[in-house]
Amino acid sequence: MAVAVKIPVTLRPATGGESEVQVDGATVGEVLDALFERYGELRERISDEGGSLRRFVNVFVAGEDIRFLEGLDTPVADGSELTILPAVAGG
Amino acid sequence: MAAEKLKCKECGTEYPLEALYVCERCFGPLEVAYDHSRLGERSALRRRIQAGREDIWRYADFLPPAGPPPGPGNREIPLAGLPVGWTPLVRADRLGEALGLRNVYVKNDAANPTHSFKDRVVAVASARARELGFATLACASTGNLGNAVAAQAAAIGLPSFVFVPADLEEQKILATGVYGTNLVEVRGNYDEVNRLCTELSYEHDDWAFVNINMRPYYAEGSKTVAFEIAEQLDWELPDRIVAPIASGSLFTKIARGFEEWLDLNLLEGRLPVMNGAQATGCSPVAAAFEAGADFCQPVKPDTIAKSLAIGNPADGPYALDLARRTGGAIDAVSDDQIRDGIVLLAQTTGIFTETAGGVTTAVLKTLAERGDIDPDERVVLVITGDGLKTLDAVRGSFAQRQIDPTLESFEAAAAREPLIAQALA
Repeated sequence: MAVAVKIPVTLRPATGGESEVQVDGATVGEVLDALFERYGELRERISDEGGSLRRFVNVFVAGEDIRFLEGLDTPVADGSELTILPAVAGG
Repeated sequence: MAAEKLKCKECGTEYPLEALYVCERCFGPLEVAYDHSRLGERSALRRRIQAGREDIWRYADFLPPAGPPPGPGNREIPLAGLPVGWTPLVRADRLGEALGLRNVYVKNDAANPTHSFKDRVVAVASARARELGFATLACASTGNLGNAVAAQAAAIGLPSFVFVPADLEEQKILATGVYGTNLVEVRGNYDEVNRLCTELSYEHDDWAFVNINMRPYYAEGSKTVAFEIAEQLDWELPDRIVAPIASGSLFTKIARGFEEWLDLNLLEGRLPVMNGAQATGCSPVAAAFEAGADFCQPVKPDTIAKSLAIGNPADGPYALDLARRTGGAIDAVSDDQIRDGIVLLAQTTGIFTETAGGVTTAVLKTLAERGDIDPDERVVLVITGDGLKTLDAVRGSFAQRQIDPTLESFEAAAAREPLIAQALA
């Protein structure tokens, strides 16, 4: 299933400047794995050694923070949008 | 100027002093690092600070602007913009008495140009933004920041964009729009506004979002609360600070300010015990503190303390660490306690605060009742905003009477409704 992943400016050097990348996957975890497969450098930027998201990374599916959903197990529908953003904004 | 570089708080990677806020390596927050080696010895430095302007720029040596500084030693350079800070530190004996404490002070940051501490952070962020060549200011706001950005932009003559949740208090909407900003009400909560603005900052990279791409500079402005408290206490540290937590930026930067001055030997002693205050309806940091966690699970806010309604606090992990390492705590109080806190502060100090100050006052009361505070401790309550911003919170909290202009009418009304005749407890 194709999902559009929106890449934050901070990570665009690792995607050759792409701001949006189409990958396949049925869950957030699968989508991120497919993304890391294509752009290896991204893995250590946003994941820790244990495979969890780093604590200052926020991931949204259709605008909702995945921590309100099922985390990395959150299902993603075909054609939906996954957004990766830094957590340190605001306040 | 002593600001030297940006440094990641997580992994230590260094960056130049530009419009950056996220570490490229680990996504951690960037913070301004200083070289204070040329500041000189204590008494000379204290004198220099004391001879400075009566606003935050008396602390220019400890703030980010890198170019010709608006501040001590450069008083001839005209400073555009609103003068902010240097707010009163008020001894609050009657509040202390009500709580069984003998040494309570209120740092009244409602006494800023737009009536909240946000004027401090905006002054610093906008000064740096202009140095970096930005010609538009913007922010994601729970209300007070919008007031401050709109006013500062008007003062320095820049266009601005203020994004707020659409359900904000009317007072805050009106007090922002009047400055001629582009006010955008977003149908969503603050965390959604913040996400939108982060994405917008990619599309409009010529805008200075004060709390996004300017955030390292912005956050530094909150250190001036600590500097002022220390100076107003005649270069001494308080024993304890009670301050509100929304993102955790103010809370952690107050401590940072004290730490910088301790490192420079401008102050002696130890970092105050740091107590954070949240509303139960939005208490991700207090909940994490209670659970012993070192990160915050985000929440959907539901509280009258809208200026603290950040469900996904950026500096949550650092606030938790700070409260723990100073022997403090992070507590949450209900909406009813918040209303009571506003009334308690008003009726014992004459200071009318908004809901965030009600949160902070109610947490001070909780700590006093719990026996966490020694009666002789010097405690500073940080009041961040003005009560006129959240008038609904006090509606119905006191008796109102209307009479005809006759003596009889007054006496009849007084008989119906007991008058407050005794000195307040």
